[in-house]
Amino acid sequence: MVAVLLIAILGVALGISWLCVYLVHLGEALPAARRFVDLAVPLLFGVMLIAEWELVTRGFGVPEILLPAPSVILNVAANALPTLWEDVIQTFVKSALSGYLVGCGLGFLAALLINRSDFLKRGLLPLGNFVSALPIVGVAPIAVMWFGFDWQSKAAVIVLMTFFPMLVNTEAGLAAAGHMERDLMRTYAATWGDEMRRLRLPAAWPFIFNALKINSTLALIGAIVAEFFGAPTYGVGFRISTEMGRMNTAMVWAEIGVAAILGSAFYGVIALLERRVTFWHPSVRKGQR
Amino acid sequence: MTQPSFFRHSVVPVLTVIAVIVAFWYVAALFMNHSTVVAEAQLKGLAFTPSATWYRSWALDKPLLPAPHQVIAELWKSTAGLSVTSKRSLVYHGWVTLSATLLGFLLGTLLGILLAIGIVHQKVMDKSLMPWIIASQTVPILAVAPMLIVVLNAIGISGLLPKALISTYLSFFPVVVGMVKGLRSPETIHLDLMRTYNADDLQVFTKLRWPASVPYLFASLKVGIAISLIGAIVGELPTGAAAGLGARLLSGSYYGQTIQIWAALFAAAFLAGILVLVVGWSESLVMRLMGARPERRAA
Repeated sequence: MVAVLLIAILGVALGISWLCVYLVHLGEALPAARRFVDLAVPLLFGVMLIAEWELVTRGFGVPEILLPAPSVILNVAANALPTLWEDVIQTFVKSALSGYLVGCGLGFLAALLINRSDFLKRGLLPLGNFVSALPIVGVAPIAVMWFGFDWQSKAAVIVLMTFFPMLVNTEAGLAAAGHMERDLMRTYAATWGDEMRRLRLPAAWPFIFNALKINSTLALIGAIVAEFFGAPTYGVGFRISTEMGRMNTAMVWAEIGVAAILGSAFYGVIALLERRVTFWHPSVRKGQR
Repeated sequence: MTQPSFFRHSVVPVLTVIAVIVAFWYVAALFMNHSTVVAEAQLKGLAFTPSATWYRSWALDKPLLPAPHQVIAELWKSTAGLSVTSKRSLVYHGWVTLSATLLGFLLGTLLGILLAIGIVHQKVMDKSLMPWIIASQTVPILAVAPMLIVVLNAIGISGLLPKALISTYLSFFPVVVGMVKGLRSPETIHLDLMRTYNADDLQVFTKLRWPASVPYLFASLKVGIAISLIGAIVGELPTGAAAGLGARLLSGSYYGQTIQIWAALFAAAFLAGILVLVVGWSESLVMRLMGARPERRAA
């Protein structure tokens, strides 16, 4: 029995790996198939991971408390859709999104303000860089104390987490416009607003989007972790910690799966926006390479 | 550049900003603790003069917002005032967190470098692994950290390793991304030159790709060490508040010990600063040993 299992596990791994290698070679030989290959290979790899996961957990009878099989998780998730939905609304929409918008907005505005003063720039940027490296989730217990158990305290943590990356990146972006272009703007007698709108902000978009992407993952993590310090009786973080206490691992994994999908979708939306806004940037432009 | 102008250009502005923040903090503490002080006065049947109210709001036991000097006093008391092995010493808790951070950082860096080498040399790995490595970071692992620790505890792995594994998971990502970029950074001319020398893959790697990737490696390490620390701290949250800065935060929040929370936060910030500085120093040391010219400070 064990031998059969091992053969199955090895077989799946080898078979899919071989298929991947074959597809990559195909992509090299046929440029027309490259798009398909770029999509199919990672997908196949993912299918392999999940198949192996299922095989190992089912085959070797791994206790469900340690690691439930993907099918079990899916089943649990399908039966708990209303709960999952409620948690997502609380954690993602109320806490993470509101904190993200306020934090990024404030960081952006602060960068615009600081940009006018050289002194503030030199004083705040090193601090901003330093704060970006700090474990800011640690302020969660304080936020809960100040703003209560509901989403406001989580949003406050996220505002703090997202503010400094946005500040530092926007500032770097605003400094990215070249001297030549800035001088050109001066010869046009452009006002500060004109210069911002037509030169500095467009040049800053790639940096700003970098911060937006970093912050998108930070916001979700902040919302979930902050819920460990106290939450109303719903929310992704709350559910993870309580279901773990009840050793209901499958539900925990379901929440994690939902969070991962949401996180990827959030990131994806911002990446898509980036492609729209910074279509001129070398990393987006097609045809090169 | 001469020394005084560096002082005027960087130190003075930073100190000014810090001074403003501290002043603001004192004022905020005044307002936020006001109601606590008033309640206390009523309870004891005392009538505080305004100045006594001020003073009191900076000296409460469990203030809503402790004043900076209270935090610093607590920091001093729990580092220098206690023996290092004491359960209440922040040095002890800091060391617990630091060891998990460093182990996780080391493992993450090794894993990241190995993966990057594989990805650069094997097209199949590049195509199949890279999208998943990126996707792996959208899983809010910090949120899973508590569960991972409970699960690993259940199968008998406890103590340092589970926390370190969370740090590993977080820190391998910037290293992979940075090193893939770095190992691919040699220009075509240089790669062609290696070809004319008839260099094999290993020689190209050790003599060209690896040295070219070192600046990228250090840039990644700076990010990696910071998130390793965050991983270790969050990893300590569910362990029943045994030891470490994260446990200190959690127990502080359970018992409403705000000063203790702030002291633990400051200790974590201090640790983060030191770690980033150490990576920065080793970067300049390595770069100098590799023969890079010392960078001129821009005016």
